[in-house]
Amino acid sequence: MHRLTYAQAIREAHAQLLRHDPRVFVCGQGVWNPWYAGTSLQDLDKEFGRERVFDCPVSENATTGAAIGAAIVGMRPIVFHARMDFMLLAADPIVNQAANWSYLFGGQVGVPVVIRSVINRGGEQGAQHSQALQALFAHVPGLKVVMPSTPHDAKGLLIAAVRDGNPVLYLDDRWLYELEGDVPEDLYEVPIGTAALRRSGKDVTVVATSYMAAEAVKAVETLAQRSIDVELIDLRSIKPWDRDLVYSSVGKTGRLVIADAAWMSGGIAADIAAAVAGEIFHALKAPIARVCLPDVPAPTAAALERVYYVGAEDIVAAVEKVLL
Amino acid sequence: MTVGQSLLRMMLLIRAVEERIGELVSAGEIKTPCHLSIGQEAIAAGVCAALGRQDTVWGGHRSHGHYLAKGGDLNAMMAEIFGKATGCSKGRGGSMHLIAPAQGLYGTVPLVGATVPLAVGAGLASKLRHEPHVAVAFFGDGATEEGHFHESLNLAALYRLPVLFVCENNFYSTHMALSERRLKDNIVQAAEPSGMPGLRLDGNDVLAVFDGAVQAVTRARAGEGPSLLECRTYRWRGHVGPAWDIAVGEHRRRELDEWLPKDPIMRLKRRLVDEGVSAQKLDAMAPVIRDEVEAAVAFARLSPSPDESDLLRHVYAPRRK
Repeated sequence: MHRLTYAQAIREAHAQLLRHDPRVFVCGQGVWNPWYAGTSLQDLDKEFGRERVFDCPVSENATTGAAIGAAIVGMRPIVFHARMDFMLLAADPIVNQAANWSYLFGGQVGVPVVIRSVINRGGEQGAQHSQALQALFAHVPGLKVVMPSTPHDAKGLLIAAVRDGNPVLYLDDRWLYELEGDVPEDLYEVPIGTAALRRSGKDVTVVATSYMAAEAVKAVETLAQRSIDVELIDLRSIKPWDRDLVYSSVGKTGRLVIADAAWMSGGIAADIAAAVAGEIFHALKAPIARVCLPDVPAPTAAALERVYYVGAEDIVAAVEKVLL
Repeated sequence: MTVGQSLLRMMLLIRAVEERIGELVSAGEIKTPCHLSIGQEAIAAGVCAALGRQDTVWGGHRSHGHYLAKGGDLNAMMAEIFGKATGCSKGRGGSMHLIAPAQGLYGTVPLVGATVPLAVGAGLASKLRHEPHVAVAFFGDGATEEGHFHESLNLAALYRLPVLFVCENNFYSTHMALSERRLKDNIVQAAEPSGMPGLRLDGNDVLAVFDGAVQAVTRARAGEGPSLLECRTYRWRGHVGPAWDIAVGEHRRRELDEWLPKDPIMRLKRRLVDEGVSAQKLDAMAPVIRDEVEAAVAFARLSPSPDESDLLRHVYAPRRK
């Protein structure tokens, strides 16, 4: 076990995968440059050579498509998108191709590709540099979507994603890059589809994704001081998501707050809320609350960003509301 | 069988299969949209004859010919078109989504030019594994208007990947003629900006296509990178289905008058006879092929439909370590 930041943990997963599996390669815009990837890919090209770790022209579609084609013939690519917004230029290879291939051909070929994308928001970057589009991709049969919130999970989920045998969208959040945590030194997996119970509690269940899971940790402390006992679930895997853990928790607490820092309409929080209401309605003692972004594009001005983004305080307010 | 004779046989097979499919579409027995390559058989036959089994082929919506020329099983393709469980895609693909992985036909899908970047990826895999296999992307003239086509050419050239970009320029993208979609008839020049060779070939001359493909394959295997082959041909039938599409305008009638005499099958036959092969021997191919096609239709008809319980299977592949 050693202490690593979230970004270093991502790097360690890459390095170990490249070392242990000759089928793994890393491509995409910015893989040679920390301006794009922070320390999450630092010097991998020097360690493993620029044939296996290669920066790419500004061609999201062809780069992603090439990674998918290589995966279909048996490689294990990780294709990197420094911002999710830009990844939309690769929507055809991801949604029409990678997601469909296994089903379309009756399971004769799989697409073991990891499509890694960074959510890199705030800092007055605005509408086209800030989007968190996990719901868009979680909608599509054939894709899996993971969003780690800790260094431990950042490493373990990347390894699980590469070994999964299916197209996995691995979404990491730049706001988590400096977060430190204990990380095992070996090559381990965090199973896709399992959430993490971060804290047991009896009053209310908070289900959070990505950086909102980190915000929820702070919110839980504040609420504990107010004698509110929160059960905190870090979803980690957006598709599939861990229904068993969420249902059993809500079955116990009877109250649910879902925190997902993406738009509310048609989002992951809506999906979880609908599933809980549909499956274990009678366990609920109060309406479900969602903490999401308002349905507007990301603004630039700091004054507007402050009201646009959600965080620990919003989770605290939502928990208090469902306890009223 | 000589190269010329086996090319003729393959073109005859593709023609016979597609004419039969056309009849079955008209009769209402086949429902899935079928895009026929009648008149364009020389490109699939000529290019695939230059390939080995481990070379990969990627196609589009009009890919019956690519599937057959790469060695795909005729019965499995016919069953697929009939929507049967014995189909090459287990009844999930229909005419537009074909696969024969053991033969290196890795997939054909109808999103225009969608497999072009995938073929680049197969070329990339060859390079990273230090294997000599080449990847071939077949696509139509319409695909050259897509952005990812140009992205793919640049990527393949930049990394010197063993890829053949084979444009089957049949001068139509659905109902739109090439001249209605671009000012110049210059698809082959798309090779220039990425610095790869572009070859403009008579796509109705199967031996010219074969020679061009051999040249591009040799270059690719030698590590010298990709090539673009513009094979000029003509789509005899409509975009989808067996109709001749005369109704779209007088120009179609004129064009057909010009192109039907350039039938790649007749041209090769004439040439082989001129070279001294007995016409009788060549004519003997047709009935054998007809029987093969009828056997495939019978196989498809007798095959079971996919089971309803199959609906939810294979959305995800099993984990493969």
